[in-house]
Amino acid sequence: MIELGKYAATVLWSYGVSVALLAALIWQTVAANARARRELERQERNG
Amino acid sequence: MSIWEYANPVKFMRLSGAVLPYAVAGAAICTIGGLVWGFLTPQDYKQGATVKIVFLHVPAAMMAINIWVMMLAASLIWLIRRHHVSALAARAAAPIGAVMTLIALATGAIWGQPMWGTWWEWDPRLTSFLILLLFYIGYMALWAAVEDPDSAADLTGVLCLVGSVFALLSRYAVLFWNQGLHQGASLSVAPGERMSAVYRYPLYLSMLGFFLLFLALLLIRTRTEVRRRRLAALQARETRA
Repeated sequence: MIELGKYAATVLWSYGVSVALLAALIWQTVAANARARRELERQERNG
Repeated sequence: MSIWEYANPVKFMRLSGAVLPYAVAGAAICTIGGLVWGFLTPQDYKQGATVKIVFLHVPAAMMAINIWVMMLAASLIWLIRRHHVSALAARAAAPIGAVMTLIALATGAIWGQPMWGTWWEWDPRLTSFLILLLFYIGYMALWAAVEDPDSAADLTGVLCLVGSVFALLSRYAVLFWNQGLHQGASLSVAPGERMSAVYRYPLYLSMLGFFLLFLALLLIRTRTEVRRRRLAALQARETRA
């Protein structure tokens, strides 16, 4: 078991906030890329 | 074979498509590995468990500054040589830099509360980082506000040049002014100031992970921008026909 002592909340908040921000950035990046690829493929097929 | 040939969108898409799987794999292994290793390090005799925050804070702060420098280089290439992929790469990098700056500021504030007794202080480095975040936000807003992509690239390129002063200031603020709370470099090579190997190696791995994560996200986001540009060109051609 990892011992964080009296600073447990400080450390967990830091990791939680950072991981949440990075996860949101990665999700937005992948989702936008998939959407752009889909729209371009549709346009090339129809056009 | 010239490096400028990769400014051709078709060649960029081909090369970035080949590099991307390795960048993603490297980013996942090094970032997760560095952060888990860092989280498992022992407590510091002075800072206690808060020392574990360094594995997030230092790589994020390092990338926040270096991403702006990368954007500066890409903007200069656009302004001088008019290569579209470089302008799109600068645009693609900005949200990543903004998130890195936000992580550096957030982890710094969370660490500062128990260590300095305050969440925030108008310290030179903290203040210059806040200004850097505002520059990132302003840069993204300017790209979104200007309809013509070439004009947007020109204007944001100039903004990037101006913002570089603050990116450099963020890096060297602790050297210019000594009255701030923020300490000097975490990875000092000076005798007696060197970080213990117990913390140094996971920090190196985490820094490599954050760099590779930036590279992977940059490639994906630039590919997205290239696709959007191609889509806009096809739609414009269809409208004219």
